[in-house]
Amino acid sequence: MGDNGVFVKRAMVIGGGIAGISSSIDLGNGGYEVVLVEKLPSIGGRMLQLSETFPTLDCAQCTLTPKTVETGQHPRIKLLTYSEVEQVEGKAGNFLVTIRKKAAYVDWEKCTGCGLCQQKCPTKNPSEFDRGMGLEKAIYTLSPQAVPNKPVINPSHCRYFKEKKCRVCEKICPVGAIDYEQQDRFVEERVGAIIAAVGFDLIPKESFGEYGYGEVPDVIDGLAFERLNSASGPTTGEIRRPSDGKIPKEVVFIQCTGSRDPERYMPYCSRVCCMYTAKHARLYKHKVHDGQAYIFYMDIRSTGKGYEEFIQQGMEEEGILYLRGRVSRIFRDGEKIVVWGVDTLTGRKVEVSADMVVLATAIISQKDTKDLAKKLGIAADEYGFLTEVQRKLRPVETEVEGIYIAGCAQGPKDIADAVAHANAAASKVQGLFAKHR
Amino acid sequence: MDYLYFPGCTLYTKAKNFDQTARNCSLLLGFELKELSNWTCCGATFPLATDNLMALLPPARILANAREKGTVLTTLCAVCFNVIKRTNRLIQGDGEKREKINNFIEKNYQGDLRVLHYLEILKQEIGFSQLKEKVKKPLTGLRAAPYYGCMLLRPFEEMAFDDKERPTLFEEFLETLGAKAVEFPYKIECCGSFQSVGSPEVATECAYKILGSAIKSGAEVIVSTCPMCTFNIDHKQSDIKQKYLDFKPIPVLYFTQLLGIAMGLDYQTLGFEQNAVDPLPLLKEKGLL
Repeated sequence: MGDNGVFVKRAMVIGGGIAGISSSIDLGNGGYEVVLVEKLPSIGGRMLQLSETFPTLDCAQCTLTPKTVETGQHPRIKLLTYSEVEQVEGKAGNFLVTIRKKAAYVDWEKCTGCGLCQQKCPTKNPSEFDRGMGLEKAIYTLSPQAVPNKPVINPSHCRYFKEKKCRVCEKICPVGAIDYEQQDRFVEERVGAIIAAVGFDLIPKESFGEYGYGEVPDVIDGLAFERLNSASGPTTGEIRRPSDGKIPKEVVFIQCTGSRDPERYMPYCSRVCCMYTAKHARLYKHKVHDGQAYIFYMDIRSTGKGYEEFIQQGMEEEGILYLRGRVSRIFRDGEKIVVWGVDTLTGRKVEVSADMVVLATAIISQKDTKDLAKKLGIAADEYGFLTEVQRKLRPVETEVEGIYIAGCAQGPKDIADAVAHANAAASKVQGLFAKHR
Repeated sequence: MDYLYFPGCTLYTKAKNFDQTARNCSLLLGFELKELSNWTCCGATFPLATDNLMALLPPARILANAREKGTVLTTLCAVCFNVIKRTNRLIQGDGEKREKINNFIEKNYQGDLRVLHYLEILKQEIGFSQLKEKVKKPLTGLRAAPYYGCMLLRPFEEMAFDDKERPTLFEEFLETLGAKAVEFPYKIECCGSFQSVGSPEVATECAYKILGSAIKSGAEVIVSTCPMCTFNIDHKQSDIKQKYLDFKPIPVLYFTQLLGIAMGLDYQTLGFEQNAVDPLPLLKEKGLL
């Protein structure tokens, strides 16, 4: 109950990826106020990094951007980006959540989003959003379609913070929005229910000694390939390898990198890699017609609507070479990357002299998910994924009434499943609110 | 401190130069390799079958005898090291097998010996900085490829020698002696091992790739820790030469031979006559004799 004993019919969604966005829009359209908390400067999450999505090959940004814009403009959704949940108190109907609004060093009230500061900023660093391949200014937004379209300054890159000189962005800003003195602020929000939709990360390619510890520049992970293939990415959508910008003619894709490997990495299946690797190989063939794509796989798990057909098309019509077996080593040999694997169907060793290698690295939980679980008083499993209260029949509920989970925070999912999960969480919240008339 | 030393069969035959140089260098470094009395063959392979305890008896006897004399046992040969270290770990960790083995060999060995490779003695017990101070003739300008092979490193959980995919201990050792350690992708690959008996063409192919990779990466000499590897990559170079006409032989030295040069030992004591590819022209050219 609220301070006055009234059940607060207002929800908080933590995480602004496709799951969090879907829950927020559902709740907003259902007539409830929503506070959407996102730790990055803008919403959209991992899906914003993707190029096309399986099995339809729709452009990810074209399908997502209307959703991010709708979220940003929704009269009942309050966006708190660049913010993190600090503390949670109370119970269903009356949670008091303390949120840290991280210092952006830009007064977002004044900022008009004109982008001049980003144009003029003299500092460039590898962009995390582009998986280290593109360049990012010290004052930046995640993408040109960022919602909200407000920049932040990264103090560990900014010349002013490091050397006390520059201040170019301050000089150029027409509305005086730059504020180097800004501090983190704390705000409190009172809500009746919370949905945790904090998403996933990928196991770092640096974990794989057999694949060169991430030090071979043309051995990249799946998200990096998405950025290479994306029109908004560092190569404006041309498949060019990071080391020298050449178009790779032989590309090796390795599924289950770190997944289904209980002795060394993650024991579970990451669920999306079979499909996105097939998608990568097909998109590659669409752009590099004379290129050859090899896929090393353990099994093909294509258990979704239209998924198996998508794989078959890749094999039969697009000439993608599937090799059932693992890769034991990757090393550099001049301009080439030597890939040692095995084809267990013919029982032969396979050596490919490749131009680029794409690792379908395992989905893991965000490193702060366990910490958030503690704050919420809910359970996380040994891998940091949030745990539902009942595996089969209660997939979005937790032990705590009023707290729900959605999307990949619970475990690996593709977009369709993440959205369905998020829709379910939102409907559970609406059910809870409806109970308290 | 002196160290108990298990030479192993080849160190008394094909690899006398390995044995002698290690003993002589030890004395210069201030310790002695105390040879175990009544040692036998190490068993030569660690059994793949988990219930084959008979194959573990030779190394178990060696370990039990050594424990009666001291707490640390060192070896030079990477194969012996592999077999003895893994057996030691098994005796330490598996009570049931420990009892069976002890009953059979009539000992009461608990697996509490430290088994160290000679390179580990140099790094952990002596210290590379101490070693560097004893270097009289730095191997400046010598481009040496450290060839680990597989026995020192795998299986990783049992050997725990160094990073199994990119070890660096051997490189550190070579740099301590003043040489330039050459990085090459085949440094942890198998030499062909016992295939040289049953399918010599397989072993020759393995060796050819290792040597070719090192040469391509700019190596002038390849450095070995193992008589088995040395047999395949040094003594078999004549076979490689017959198959690949453009192959240029490259000297293969034991790491203790390089250590001997660096510590100023007389080259006539370094046993180069046992090396199949004569290293003397290279060493002369580099001014190291």
